Amino acid sequence: MVYHAGCYDVAVIGAGHAGCEAALASARMGLKTVAFTINMDNIAMMPCNPAVGGPAKGHLVREVDALGGQIGINTDKTFIQMRMLNTGKGPAVHALRAQCDKKHYQKEMKLTLEIQENLDVKQAEVVEILVEGEKVAGVVTKTGAVFMCRAVVVTTGVYLKGRIIIGEVNYSGGPNGMFPANELSKSLIDLGFKLGRFKTGTPARVDRRSIDFSKMKEQPGNIKIIPFSFTSEHIEREQVSCWLTYTTEETHKIIQDNLHRSPLYTGNIEGIGPRYCPSIETKVVRFKDKPSHQVFIEPEGRDTNEMYVQGLSTSLPEDVQIKMYRSVPGMERVEIMRPGYAIEYDYVIPTQLKANLETKSIKGLFMAGQINGTSGYEEAAAQGIIAGINAALYIKDQEPLILDRSQAYIGVLIDDLITKGTDEPYRMLTSRAEYRLLLRQDNADLRLTEIGYKLGLISPERYKKFEKKRKMIEEEIRRLMEIKITPSKENQEILKKLGTSPLKTPVALFELLKRPELEYENLEELDPERLLLPEDVVEQVKIQIKYHGYIKRQMEQAKQYKKMEKKKIPENINYDEIRGLRNEAREKLKEIRPTSIGQASRISGVNPADISILIIYLEQIKRKNKEREENGE
Amino acid sequence: MNLEDTIAAISTPLGEGGIGIVRISGRDSIKIAAKIFKSPTHKDITKQKSHTIHYGKVIDPENNKVIDEVLLMMMRAPRTYTREDIVEINCHGGIVPLKKVLETVLKNGARLAEPGEFTKRAFLNGRIDLSQAEAVIDLIRSKTEVGLDIGLNQLQGSLSGEIKELDRELLEVIASIEASIDFPEHDIEHITVEKVREKVERVLDKINELLETADTGKILKEGLKTIIVGKPNVGKSSLLNALLREQRAIVTDVPGTTRDIIEEYINIKGIPLKIIDTAGIRETEDMVEKIGVERTKELFRQADLLLIVLDASDRFTEEDELLTKLVNDKKAIVLINKTDLPQRLDEDVVRKTFSNKKIIKISVKENIGLDRLKEEIAEMFFKGKIESRDLTIITNLRHKEALRNAKESLEKAMETIELGMPLDCIAIDVTGARNRLGEITGDTVSEDVLDQIFTQFCIGK
Ligand SMILES: Nc1nc2c(ncn2[C@@H]2O[C@H](COP(=O)(O)OP(=O)(O)OP(=O)(O)O)[C@@H](O)[C@H]2O)c(=O)[nH]1
Ligand SMILES: [Mg+2]
Repeated sequence: MVYHAGCYDVAVIGAGHAGCEAALASARMGLKTVAFTINMDNIAMMPCNPAVGGPAKGHLVREVDALGGQIGINTDKTFIQMRMLNTGKGPAVHALRAQCDKKHYQKEMKLTLEIQENLDVKQAEVVEILVEGEKVAGVVTKTGAVFMCRAVVVTTGVYLKGRIIIGEVNYSGGPNGMFPANELSKSLIDLGFKLGRFKTGTPARVDRRSIDFSKMKEQPGNIKIIPFSFTSEHIEREQVSCWLTYTTEETHKIIQDNLHRSPLYTGNIEGIGPRYCPSIETKVVRFKDKPSHQVFIEPEGRDTNEMYVQGLSTSLPEDVQIKMYRSVPGMERVEIMRPGYAIEYDYVIPTQLKANLETKSIKGLFMAGQINGTSGYEEAAAQGIIAGINAALYIKDQEPLILDRSQAYIGVLIDDLITKGTDEPYRMLTSRAEYRLLLRQDNADLRLTEIGYKLGLISPERYKKFEKKRKMIEEEIRRLMEIKITPSKENQEILKKLGTSPLKTPVALFELLKRPELEYENLEELDPERLLLPEDVVEQVKIQIKYHGYIKRQMEQAKQYKKMEKKKIPENINYDEIRGLRNEAREKLKEIRPTSIGQASRISGVNPADISILIIYLEQIKRKNKEREENGE
Repeated sequence: MNLEDTIAAISTPLGEGGIGIVRISGRDSIKIAAKIFKSPTHKDITKQKSHTIHYGKVIDPENNKVIDEVLLMMMRAPRTYTREDIVEINCHGGIVPLKKVLETVLKNGARLAEPGEFTKRAFLNGRIDLSQAEAVIDLIRSKTEVGLDIGLNQLQGSLSGEIKELDRELLEVIASIEASIDFPEHDIEHITVEKVREKVERVLDKINELLETADTGKILKEGLKTIIVGKPNVGKSSLLNALLREQRAIVTDVPGTTRDIIEEYINIKGIPLKIIDTAGIRETEDMVEKIGVERTKELFRQADLLLIVLDASDRFTEEDELLTKLVNDKKAIVLINKTDLPQRLDEDVVRKTFSNKKIIKISVKENIGLDRLKEEIAEMFFKGKIESRDLTIITNLRHKEALRNAKESLEKAMETIELGMPLDCIAIDVTGARNRLGEITGDTVSEDVLDQIFTQFCIGK
């Protein structure tokens, strides 16, 4: 029985980390939005470890936050440990990482959705996407409800034809004991999409009471808590620790002895797994010489004894899992509460998408998150907010929001997906960003708040506050440029005390601050007029001065990149007409249909000679057209 | 640019050599060849297999007259230099029939190729990369034989190869920096600053080596720019003639004979010299005026070597002394000419005036000292010998510029290391250097490269 269930502007299928951001963005931009979840209790579930952030991922969180998204705020509300990683390295790669209370995180996000104006949340499995002509028209649920809508955002994560594998056992299922979404996969194929198959996995959860922490190294949170969200004020909270231990030769032996029972080697798993977080059996096989691997024991929440065992992700049979875990120091008597498993799922090959995350073939159909072949909550959230925004812009008939590679990690992420595709679950890495000194986690607000504000996702109050911060930074930098320090006797004394070389001629404080051995804080003696500024302002001033030369050079590099992005390729270009292109390149160009020379040059399989040919072809067309114009044709 | 028509040209240097080749490339090349080629067995060459050679005669289809006996090589696209159909006609009859064959080809549907056009097509059809294409352009413009060798070497990709090797080393540096940034919690082996320093230094050294070859490369390609200077009537033009072994410049005993600048190419011990005879420099005002002229100024600025000629039979005059002003820090050899005549020149004064310059006594008339002069030049520039054949030499200004920029970036990276800045700051300039190197091989698609494409290949309609 099919019945008409209602009309919406935007329907979001799935309420994981991508779906939540997409639904919130769309609703906050004033569109009537509905979000479907297979189970109301699973909104924003964290089926892997409840950690948010880390290198590059933390950057994504901050960017989503600056655009007006939820992941940062929700993490700040629910974290039980917060650490800044990479502090020994440059500011571009400092990375926040939070350990969240898993259940608390879900509860908070669920509530946020429930109280959001313009947004309805419904428990239903969507089995079909309706298309009229080349436009999306609605969705159908398993129970026969038909919802009409103008845009659909698909954020079904790893649910599409999910299959759980634990050793010799395997069954159809979603993560963490959920139902899979089997029929939607078919609907997507019927709509002409090419799907691939990936796998990912998770370790067992173990009982806190069965662990001997005295044999492990404690990893407490930072004493001074730095929140994710630019809106979060000073946070003080009691934190819990994580624990570090190592696998032993015994562990490796158990794995080796039971490899024949691992689905990875029995051929029970066809999907390709991520290189960046391999299962312990893969690590042991691939790095034979390494006598031990790290294992982090991380609490899943405050009011639970479940502990996550990072580093021991596995799909070995349950009995082997128990034996193997018990060979790790401190885990001799460990009790497994939930076994580790691998999950295989369908994903949509992301080169079928445009930069606004809309599919190339169907107008109004957007995709975001793990369905696009990525891994990680942060990657999902980043795509989610962009897809939600663009679905709304599509309906409002406005220009799409496309962030480029020099603007945001989000831009890098999406450009990579739609240009190169991915042959393993895609994880964001700082090394993927060419201009990362510009894309710091500390300046995400400076980069993106204005965009969020213009979209209506940042409140006027927040924007005003942000403007004030921006102005204070600018003024302080200008002031430091203007203040000259003379080589007077007292000044030289002070400098000597600070362990830096004396001055020959007067220099601006700005220049002095570039010296690695000098810090803003300890130059106060030379700078008595200084105002007391907020901490985040001082941080920006410090970074922008200390790395001034590097930032400038990187901006230069980014400028070159932008020039190539501006060389547009006409949408109606006929690649078959271009002589000299190699066949592989021609096929790739036809498949991806890059919008600019810059994008074309990033497609694998298109080499520089092909680009030269493409450029020359475009130049010829341009000249021909110009000539025609001049001849008044 | 028109890739549609068929082009033809004589593709061997015109000279006394026995064989000459007329090359035709384009979609009609085989059709054109069929019109003008007759084989003794009357075979239809349009039906022959690719990459085959046929014996026969080229005839003028208008009057059926035989022009030359030839070997015809037929190659079908795409396995050819231009990736188009190519026919090569090997003529044996010397220069006159060769030109006649070309004319006949042109009359029957081909168009005369512009200089470098075969290469342009090879490039545009994706057959060769930009650095290789540039090498060909160098070859075509090359005025010396050594220049030709370098061009050929580069065409085979020797420069690209070396650059790619450097790039690979830098990539390693970056990869290890990235790993330690992306996986801070993992117990992977983190790269040390020392290791980075070591590697960057090594690449810097190699870039410096390549850059040093740039000057050599320029000389080998364009010839060592050598200017003969001296007051009037000291024997400058006579010296030029003697080095050339022909009467190129007018020689008289009237001071001020040479009015214009005369340029000639000669070869001294394998080194190409572009030798320039100038008008004698007379008086103070005159010289100021002359030097003031932009053209002369430019000429001296670009000179690689000055040959300063003095007259042994004359006193050392103020005019001679003025020459020191030209020399500056340029390489120069002082020649005391006319040593066959009674000496009035005070050699001590000469030695004092040109204190750090080599002085050679010669007589152009009696052919004394000229061999010593040649040896000196060879010694000065190439330590006596040239080994260009297996050398990668930078001959292209754009390449030199790119290398220089890469060097600058790496020096900044070194500075960053010295300052104790974090690893990821180092990565910025190392990446900068990689981008610059990529401009040489064409891996970096940048504005400059585009400009280069458009200027080198004058893309018309
Ligand atoms: N005896 C003698 N006469 C020489 C020698 N070299 C050149 N002469 C003569 O010197 C005169 C001037 O020679 P040029 O070669 O015309 O001198 P120049 O320096 O070119 O003179 P301008 O062009 O007038 O500046 C001619 O009569 C030459 O024959 C030499 O080695 N010995
Ligand atoms: Mg003369």
